[in-house]
Amino acid sequence: MPVKGIVKKGAYYDSVTLMLVARDATKLDGIEDVALMMGTLQNKSILETSNMLLQEFKDAQDNDLLIAVKGGSEELVEKALKEIEKLLSKGKSSEESQSDFVPRSLESALKVMNDANLVLISVAGKYAGDEAIKALRNGLHVMIFSDNVPKEKALLAKQIGYEKGLLVMGPDCGTAIINGAPLGFSNVVERGDIGIVSAAGTGLQEVSSIISNNGGGISQAIGTGGIDMKDYYGGLSFLTGLRALIDDPQTKVITLISKPPSEIVLKKLKDTLKTTNKPVVGCFLGADESVVKDLGALPAKTLEEAALLSVSLSKGIPFESFKKEIDEREITIKKEAEELAEKVKQGRKYFRGLFQGGTLAYETELILTEMLGKIYSNVPLKEEFRLKDSWKSEKHTIVDLGEDEFTVGRPHPQIDFQLRNKRILEEAKDSEVALIYLDLVIGYGTNMHPIEDFVPTIEEVTKNGEVIVMVNVTGTDKDPQDKKAIMKALRDAGAVVYDRNAYATKVAGNVIKLIGA
Amino acid sequence: MSKVNELFNNELKVINIGLKAFAESLKLTGYKVINVDWNPPAYGEEIESAFEKFNEIVLNKKVDVESANKEAFQRLINSRPKIVGMGKAIDLIPNMKKNMLLHAGPPISWDRMCGPMRGAVIGAILYEGWAKTEDEAERLAASGEIEFSPCHHHQATGPMAGVYSPSMPVFELVNETYGNKAYTNMNEGLGKVLRMGAFSPDVISRLKWMESELYPVLARAIEYLGSIDLKNIFAQALHMGDEGHNRNRAGTSLLFRQLAPAIVKTTNDPDAVERVLKFIDGNDHFFLNLSMSAAKVSLDAARNIEGSTMVVVMARNGTDFGIQVSGLGDTWFTVPAEVPPNALYFPGFTKDDANPDIGDSSITETAGWGGFAIASAPAIVQFTGGTPMEAVNKTKLMYEITIGENNTYQIPYLNFRGTPTGIDIKLVVEKGIPPFIDTGIAHKKPGIGQVGAGLVDAPIEVFKKAFLAFVQKYS
Repeated sequence: MPVKGIVKKGAYYDSVTLMLVARDATKLDGIEDVALMMGTLQNKSILETSNMLLQEFKDAQDNDLLIAVKGGSEELVEKALKEIEKLLSKGKSSEESQSDFVPRSLESALKVMNDANLVLISVAGKYAGDEAIKALRNGLHVMIFSDNVPKEKALLAKQIGYEKGLLVMGPDCGTAIINGAPLGFSNVVERGDIGIVSAAGTGLQEVSSIISNNGGGISQAIGTGGIDMKDYYGGLSFLTGLRALIDDPQTKVITLISKPPSEIVLKKLKDTLKTTNKPVVGCFLGADESVVKDLGALPAKTLEEAALLSVSLSKGIPFESFKKEIDEREITIKKEAEELAEKVKQGRKYFRGLFQGGTLAYETELILTEMLGKIYSNVPLKEEFRLKDSWKSEKHTIVDLGEDEFTVGRPHPQIDFQLRNKRILEEAKDSEVALIYLDLVIGYGTNMHPIEDFVPTIEEVTKNGEVIVMVNVTGTDKDPQDKKAIMKALRDAGAVVYDRNAYATKVAGNVIKLIGA
Repeated sequence: MSKVNELFNNELKVINIGLKAFAESLKLTGYKVINVDWNPPAYGEEIESAFEKFNEIVLNKKVDVESANKEAFQRLINSRPKIVGMGKAIDLIPNMKKNMLLHAGPPISWDRMCGPMRGAVIGAILYEGWAKTEDEAERLAASGEIEFSPCHHHQATGPMAGVYSPSMPVFELVNETYGNKAYTNMNEGLGKVLRMGAFSPDVISRLKWMESELYPVLARAIEYLGSIDLKNIFAQALHMGDEGHNRNRAGTSLLFRQLAPAIVKTTNDPDAVERVLKFIDGNDHFFLNLSMSAAKVSLDAARNIEGSTMVVVMARNGTDFGIQVSGLGDTWFTVPAEVPPNALYFPGFTKDDANPDIGDSSITETAGWGGFAIASAPAIVQFTGGTPMEAVNKTKLMYEITIGENNTYQIPYLNFRGTPTGIDIKLVVEKGIPPFIDTGIAHKKPGIGQVGAGLVDAPIEVFKKAFLAFVQKYS
């Protein structure tokens, strides 16, 4: 099949724009595959693996656009290339000639908005650190959405922020809600008196959504990115955020979310928490209760519990009533699992979880390890359970598609569903797979059309009725995608649908247990 | 209150750098946000490591780049150019020789000269009477008996081919603030003219008339006036729709108003007065050479400031595009000149007829007017089928690569914001934004003249070269 391409020198587009154009172009007549990428080394190696690295691409630079098209005939490919150029120029020209001046740098943006107070950075990691440092030197708070920021740069940014008392959320901070504003990937939540600091991106989305869905509200939700809790960074961002929530009169309850912090960070947390009388909920996924208790905080084992405990403290409702609900639900969970287990075809026995959200993958991994034992993963709890190849599942497997091996050179899986859709179809073909578990994180910044982009794949998998597809939707009714409609569409497509990850995971775990027994 | 708590208590105002979708989310939910059209820096490893070295220079305070640039910029904008007199090139221009021809752009030998510049050289030889025919003139030019030297080496600037010969009359300008001087010839008009490479008998006889009648009339008027303040004229011209490069209608008119009474007063022959006033009135570009010279005399005051990354010359000879940088002395950095891609051609001509970019007139952009002030001159964006909004955006873009804003030269449409002034090579390379230049276009063959006008980006490679040299010098 012929592959043709062009290099557009110095034509820079962000990865989301390119994804959208590529998506439209794949729908063109007789076109098999379309790649639109900036000419970075990583992107070139991606093209190489898909046999689309043309000779003329080899000398391309980071800011050259590579367009490659594979199709039925030379003629169709040529036609598609022309169409792609049209699609690209449509975006640019309308922006340039009709709209007002668009600044090209932070300095010039500051001339237009001299009272800006926060800079949201999502450029490629190797440039994000410098942009952040520039912003901090100008006295601005920053959120760095980008990952792959060089370590030294990231630390320097955090140190400058710490010295200046400025908030440095990230790198690799997927989400935050400041003064009600959705930053990065985030959900539209009720405002209220619960303040969150989270070193876990989708953890923050899950907790803030459940809080909002259950009568609570958020004052501020500060993300720090997972790496912040490592010794190297010493929790600098986490501590700045925590201190601000302690001093914030609008915040009555403080909720902390993270993987287990290091000893050094724990000690600093303890010292800081001594200075407040506000009730604090600690959800350190995978840590022992005693770690949280030692800080003088209330432990929550799951994200769901952290959310419900926070709401009970905020509303003055005894936590026991939530606890009771969760305990009583164990019976419901068993019943739901029994019904589902009956539907599984003989001989199918494995769990396969394909996640958009890192924290959600991690939480499911913790719960299932307790219930089922060995869980293989590209982000395993123990090194011995690391997948030999992230692209191939083994036995019970959990894959975090937000990890580097899947995101380099393409949009985050919360935006671009293509990669996971392919993987879902592959898993369904495996005759030993009993249950495919999927998260769907909605909200601002994420894919706006999950019904169009996600549901058809579910339909395809469920139509022969051999595999259970379970989907947990993280989000609120106020999110722009219409959560209710999505949940209905997923159910209509034959999926089992929940909106709390811990709950859904427990049902899934029980199904697998029942089949195995 | 901590700064984070201040943030909680104030209205959130976000600058978004990266995924546009994030800015749209904020807009949709009613928050204030500005999206930055961010581009990755367009450079490879060599420039990347140069930036690291540059940061070391700044960090180790080997040289204070910031204050050097402030100094260069202040000198540029504090300059006050005035016309103080006229004379012959050979008498006034420093180091001008009897067998010398000046030309536009960086240094160039006869064998590398482009068509229009060769045409202008032939014309100048015929004008001086050093040869009788085109062939003779060409042979003489190639013989080595004539010394070629860039205008810029003699405090002069020449539009297009920019050829000066010893007996041509020139204006003398002085920078009242700093005392340095500059020189420029008189503008011949449009179409078939020497500066575009034309040398037919009518071209030569016009030059002869300029020498024999225009020059003495103007010289007497200027002597009578004492001096003419070009800073005032240009500041007003900007408010009247000029940008001092491709549009000089207001500048020429304002100059005319100053000259006319003095000409009437100092020249007794009413026919000569009429011819001179008609000539100036009939040539909208009469002010161009003075605008360029005013830019030159202002920029020369900012030369040789240790540690400054400010550009003091951008110039083209039709073969090469060259720049000079304040902190790098008299060194030229050059790359091949390009044919302007966005241009409008006179009927009968196309891009195939065009010579690569030529002329010293980009000195106006170097000083912060011309293309940099195009928001002031919406009338000329039609040259390329552009819109006034595009002109405004072009000027706004130039603020990204300049050190500051002029305190006298202002753009009414931008709320009287000063023109973007003082090109910083570091910013050009870092942001990948080339300076923007208005330009005329000459036919690539000698003897034909102007074929169009248009807009062109300065080649970014030449700024990279200069930046590498800067880092090497100061490391």
